[in-house]
Amino acid sequence: MTTTDAPLAETHRRRRFTPRSILLNVALLIGLAASIGPLLWMVVSSVKPEGEIRQFPPTLLPEQFTWSNYTDLFASLNFPRYFVNSVVVALLVTVGSVLFSAMVGYALAKLDFPGRRALFALVMGTLMVPGMVTFVPLFVLVANLDLINTYAALILPFLAAPFGVFLMRQFMLDIPDELLDAARVDGAGEFRTFFAVVLPQTRPALATLGILTFLGSWNNFLWPLVAVQNADLYTLPVALALYSTGQNTVQYGLLVAGATVIVLPILIVFLVLQRHIVQGIATTGLK
Amino acid sequence: MVASARRRRTGLAAWGFALPFTVLFAVFMLVPVASSLYMAFTDMQGADLRTPWAVNFVGLDNFVEVLGDPKFHQAAGNTLYFVGVAMPLTLAIALLLAVLLNSGLAWFRSVFRVGFYAPVVTSIVAVAVVWRFLLQPDFGLVNSTLDVIGIEGPRWLTDEVWAMPSLIMMATWRNVGYTMVILLAGLQGIPRDLYEASAIDGAGAVRQFRSITVPLLRPTLLFCAVITGIGYLQFFEEPFVMTQGGPLGATNSVAYEIFNQFGFGNYGLSAAMSYVLFIAIVILSYLQFRLLRTEK
Repeated sequence: MTTTDAPLAETHRRRRFTPRSILLNVALLIGLAASIGPLLWMVVSSVKPEGEIRQFPPTLLPEQFTWSNYTDLFASLNFPRYFVNSVVVALLVTVGSVLFSAMVGYALAKLDFPGRRALFALVMGTLMVPGMVTFVPLFVLVANLDLINTYAALILPFLAAPFGVFLMRQFMLDIPDELLDAARVDGAGEFRTFFAVVLPQTRPALATLGILTFLGSWNNFLWPLVAVQNADLYTLPVALALYSTGQNTVQYGLLVAGATVIVLPILIVFLVLQRHIVQGIATTGLK
Repeated sequence: MVASARRRRTGLAAWGFALPFTVLFAVFMLVPVASSLYMAFTDMQGADLRTPWAVNFVGLDNFVEVLGDPKFHQAAGNTLYFVGVAMPLTLAIALLLAVLLNSGLAWFRSVFRVGFYAPVVTSIVAVAVVWRFLLQPDFGLVNSTLDVIGIEGPRWLTDEVWAMPSLIMMATWRNVGYTMVILLAGLQGIPRDLYEASAIDGAGAVRQFRSITVPLLRPTLLFCAVITGIGYLQFFEEPFVMTQGGPLGATNSVAYEIFNQFGFGNYGLSAAMSYVLFIAIVILSYLQFRLLRTEK
């Protein structure tokens, strides 16, 4: 696969300033402003006092800087709890789902077992089934397993991810059989071979899948909304959505601060790991 | 003998690897898929939550009711409106940005790429907070900007005509980066020398775009169209967090109506609706495969 950019070539290439390139870059800059402007504006507004947020015309930079939206948010709305819930759920979903995907992906790609074809066909068959189709029966099922209002309800349904299996299997098909045979000849058992030889080989795929799974879990909204009614188990998006659509008078300052708390960690993770994410998207088409 | 013993060992070990996924997959994916089909043909209500086996089969009644319900018609129309406008819009903007970024003239390519992708990774709930604010009629940034150039902006989300365009704008803003990244990868698969050769033959940028970029990018474009279309057909979160389907049902979508009926306790009806949506998704995917096949 060709990499999506070549940083060295880019920095060493002299920037050209022709009328055409200037026009093109101005167009891109306008697009960039439209793209990240709302997010920047969110962060800036979150440190404005309530009155200034509602001011007309709006101020670009805060005239009066304040942390009070954040302190109020954490004091009044139990946000630390929601934050911890989101982190715990996203981490467990990520670790569990990536590990299980890698394990079954390995079996499907490299081992022979009865039922292998049938299992792969089922996984592929459900790849297209959208969450909207299964959420009502899933709710009925989870209720009958007495898991409503538990962390298990937020985690278990996401540990079996068909797309992760597909991705890991594809990646593992490329691992040479000789490498696995060598490990076995050296006396490594199947589990040893998997953890010591296969997993290190698949690090790029694990990273991509891990990041995308974490993002998906962190931003997940519909399922946590129906699966927990106990406020102690709310994740950040659920808490913020219920607060913002609630009947009580809504404070805009708290809302933008809450939105910033949801988005900022993700944006930071994204900025640090963007190469993995962007290339993962480009190669797999997985959001 | 030895070989079959070894094979059996591999079979056992292999199931050891496959088991955790398979059990969870069977319980949380196969059971719901199968039971949604079952529920769609029953009169299951919220009161039957604990006794899903004790419900009555009603044949196609749910489907008849859904397809005859004016509220569902409105939701289906809204969904098609949304997909029909937002999907081409997303694709067109994403293509434009990808081509500009790929032209070699962009100064800070990775900055642009990251910036355009940033909205994709943000939570829809946070996005909704920001956009409700931007579209706020009295002090929102959009209308105050329009005010500067002498235009009185509409009351976006509470206006029956403007509510849907508001959501289309927001969804497009959020999804362009994702499509752009895939298109960019597709563009990089087109050999540079094709452009160089055509430039020697005197082809300008527009001609190159039409005769090289679009035909060679077509499979990628189709892929993006289908992925975006499938996502947009399930249009739910935007109306949930922005408008609750209003005003007067103007932004009610099929997915939002599924959620509503679930909320009212009409589980059977809700399951039937989700199958109608699923069939629409399958048709869209099928059309893509047909289009891809005629390509070759």
